[in-house]
Amino acid sequence: MDRYTQLVNTPIGRTIAKQVGLPKPVPLKRHVPGAPVVDGKVLLGGAPGGRLARPIAQVLADAGADVATPLRPDLRAAAAEAGLDASPWTPKAAVDHRYAALVFDATGITESAQLEQLHAFFHPTIRQAKTCGRAIVLGTPPEAAKKPAERVAQRALEGFTRAVGKEIGRGATVQLIYVEPGAEDQLAGTLRFFLSPRSAFVSAQVVRIGTAGGKVASDFDWEQPLAGKVALVTGASRGIGAAIASTVARDGAHVVGLDVPALEEDLQAVAGIGGSALALDITDPDAPRAIAAHLRREHRGVDVVVHNAGITRDRTLGRMDADRWNAVIAVNLSSIERITDALMGTHPPGRKAVLNEGGRIVCVSSISGIAGNAGQTNYATSKAGVIGVVNAYAPEVAKRGATINAVAPGFIETQMTAKVPLPIREAGRRMSSLSQGGLPIDVAEAIAWFASPASGGVNGNVVRVCGQSLLGA
Amino acid sequence: MTPAAPRRAVVLGGNRIPFARSDSAYKKASNQDMLTAALDGLVERFELAGERLGDVVAGAVLKHSRDFNLTRECVLGSRLAPETPAYDIQQACGTGLEAAILVAGKIALGQIEVGIAGGVDTTSDAPLALNEELRSILLDANRERSTQGRLKQLLRVRPQHLAPAIPRNEEPRTGLSMGEHQARTAAEWGIAREAQDELAMRSHLNLAAAYERGFQDDLITPYLGLERDQNLRPDSSLEKLAKLKPVFGGSDGTMTAGNSTPLSDGAAVALLASEEWARARGLTPLATFVDAETAAVDYVNGREGLLMAPAYAVPRLLERNGLTLQDFDLYEIHEAFASQVLSTLAAWEDPVFCTQRLGRSEPLGAIDRSKLNVNGSSLAAGHPFAATGGRIVAGLAKALHERGGGRGLISICAAGGQGVVAILEA
Repeated sequence: MDRYTQLVNTPIGRTIAKQVGLPKPVPLKRHVPGAPVVDGKVLLGGAPGGRLARPIAQVLADAGADVATPLRPDLRAAAAEAGLDASPWTPKAAVDHRYAALVFDATGITESAQLEQLHAFFHPTIRQAKTCGRAIVLGTPPEAAKKPAERVAQRALEGFTRAVGKEIGRGATVQLIYVEPGAEDQLAGTLRFFLSPRSAFVSAQVVRIGTAGGKVASDFDWEQPLAGKVALVTGASRGIGAAIASTVARDGAHVVGLDVPALEEDLQAVAGIGGSALALDITDPDAPRAIAAHLRREHRGVDVVVHNAGITRDRTLGRMDADRWNAVIAVNLSSIERITDALMGTHPPGRKAVLNEGGRIVCVSSISGIAGNAGQTNYATSKAGVIGVVNAYAPEVAKRGATINAVAPGFIETQMTAKVPLPIREAGRRMSSLSQGGLPIDVAEAIAWFASPASGGVNGNVVRVCGQSLLGA
Repeated sequence: MTPAAPRRAVVLGGNRIPFARSDSAYKKASNQDMLTAALDGLVERFELAGERLGDVVAGAVLKHSRDFNLTRECVLGSRLAPETPAYDIQQACGTGLEAAILVAGKIALGQIEVGIAGGVDTTSDAPLALNEELRSILLDANRERSTQGRLKQLLRVRPQHLAPAIPRNEEPRTGLSMGEHQARTAAEWGIAREAQDELAMRSHLNLAAAYERGFQDDLITPYLGLERDQNLRPDSSLEKLAKLKPVFGGSDGTMTAGNSTPLSDGAAVALLASEEWARARGLTPLATFVDAETAAVDYVNGREGLLMAPAYAVPRLLERNGLTLQDFDLYEIHEAFASQVLSTLAAWEDPVFCTQRLGRSEPLGAIDRSKLNVNGSSLAAGHPFAATGGRIVAGLAKALHERGGGRGLISICAAGGQGVVAILEA
């Protein structure tokens, strides 16, 4: 917790912040192993005619959530079928309850007039969301809508969730999850992530779930989703990379931590989390081959690849020499392409790729790559390119039952951001809906969600971990 | 000798005094006065003077400590044979029906041939108790051996100790009144004000019609100048009910004095017997007391609404008797609050409640509302807590007999998260 957040959460700080109108960040709740997915009552609603009430109810039932639903026959039947002892809910009852999560199935909205269903559900409940609560709207991807009117209405959901994200306050987050028709059984991993404190610093995001993934086994171990898997994490020695390594290790994976030889000493920490170290420079022309060979030889392939390694060489464009430009592009972008190609390669023909069937590739982009940032033309270019990697490779990896996605961190409290001058640092922290910086663990948790075997339907997504920063779309 | 197989217990009739509003017509009448009056009316109607019956079982919810043997005292004060045994029970608003279950059970087992079940309550002649601190001081003084010691203790008495302990209408474990509890349940089940007012109006109109056509003539004995229930408003209308302010659930609550039962005074008893006894007396059984069930819910931890226990008791009773909720010709659901009746009905129609809480494969479903409380219920008649069971048992038995047969369901909610339900058949 940064000093301002500490201060503003003291009684006197709270009073001052309120009177002066300062941002009021609350300490975000974060995941503790063994804790329930969602702590408190979940209100499940939906527009009539929706197709997700049943699968949502099933996820909530499996997660052991305490649920309430409006007294509408379709919702009650969905809850009953899922084995949810959901208490009945009416607008009158709303005033007496606080909700850990408000979940709304908007797939029944097929024309703009029906968007009033959003108002009808959230108007009486939004102020009842608990501190660090969740509001989640689920819709049909506009491009998958059958008719123009439905496409319009479903596209409109995005403006709603983004605006609610800016209003809701008190550490609560808001998301829009588009679920492709036929992908109803792919919901669990994503819905659990967004309901839980694992998504503490993720807000106002739009996620698409497709039909590609397989069904999650009923005895799936949500505490150890990566048990028996091998995960390569680049840039694993410090900061966000170290958090990623320990998080995927927590989830059961054997981590192969990769970093430049100069940081080999720091890198040895991955041994402490049951992993192994691989010291090499990813921009080395031989690096992709060496990595592939290592993974094939030592681990018979890899299941999760996290392209986290990245550098900054900030200067305004007029003052930036070619070395700074080239170094950033090489580390942050080109090496991702080369390593990915090497891991997916099937040469000679018939040889199994290093990336195992059902593999997960997760890239680390940046809010700079989306919004641009003064002094970071090189960095922003590379990070926008990372989004390009996700877009370009997604169809290809899908053919192998694999996925590729990216996180785009906003202001994260690391050694790197600690060096930013205070005024800029403060602006970076406060200019977001959550009014604070995120922690490396927040990025790591989002990556762990993408990496999970339960996220098979999540492909080609870029999710910002930025507390709904005001920068960028 | 082996005990005989269970046999039928039948309801032969009943008697009650009109129910009065609190601090009104019966303000000077004690529980003993009223229950004795109800008993004597029954004795008169069924020519039981001097008879030794198997049991008289009754009780009161608000009871003076001196009334430890209330029912037996009433028997001694009545025209029944003084050799008739009696005992008190108390199960809040379920008292009267639970008494009938006990009497019917002994009859079915052949332990008695005939018995009376009922109850009485007064909220006017309420048992004020000594101030708790004063009581403690007096007990301490009593324990002293010397006059000096006693005086020393008595000097601790202060003026504020004169304030008596008043019986409270609240659940000891939650500190909430029954109305506040039910207001939460009503909000949870989304019970609309209009639906509650309509149920209340129908209660008044149905009870008024029952009086008009003489249905109550052999169920009631006038008492202290009252011939009809004092709370009854034959001219009740939705417009009038709509004007009332909410009394529970805050300013936007839905429960008013019109759709909640008023505090009231009264007594009611029902006569149950074996078929053999009835035949020997030339009395026509009105209905068989088929079966009964009592349930309780965990309202303390907020798992369930205080007055939702009947919603659990009824399905268990149906299951045991191989019946569905729709297999009834008449339903008597005690109107503690209109919203209690409506919450119960809503729960039985709800797939989640029925599958998750009742463990059924599907909802019990809706009932035909035209069969519900056809002769009015507590909203119109009033609800002297322990007297309600006797009123309903006798009234339903008569209504079933009057329509030439059929099956009726009784459901009564009670404080402490309990519910007592029963089936009558004619």
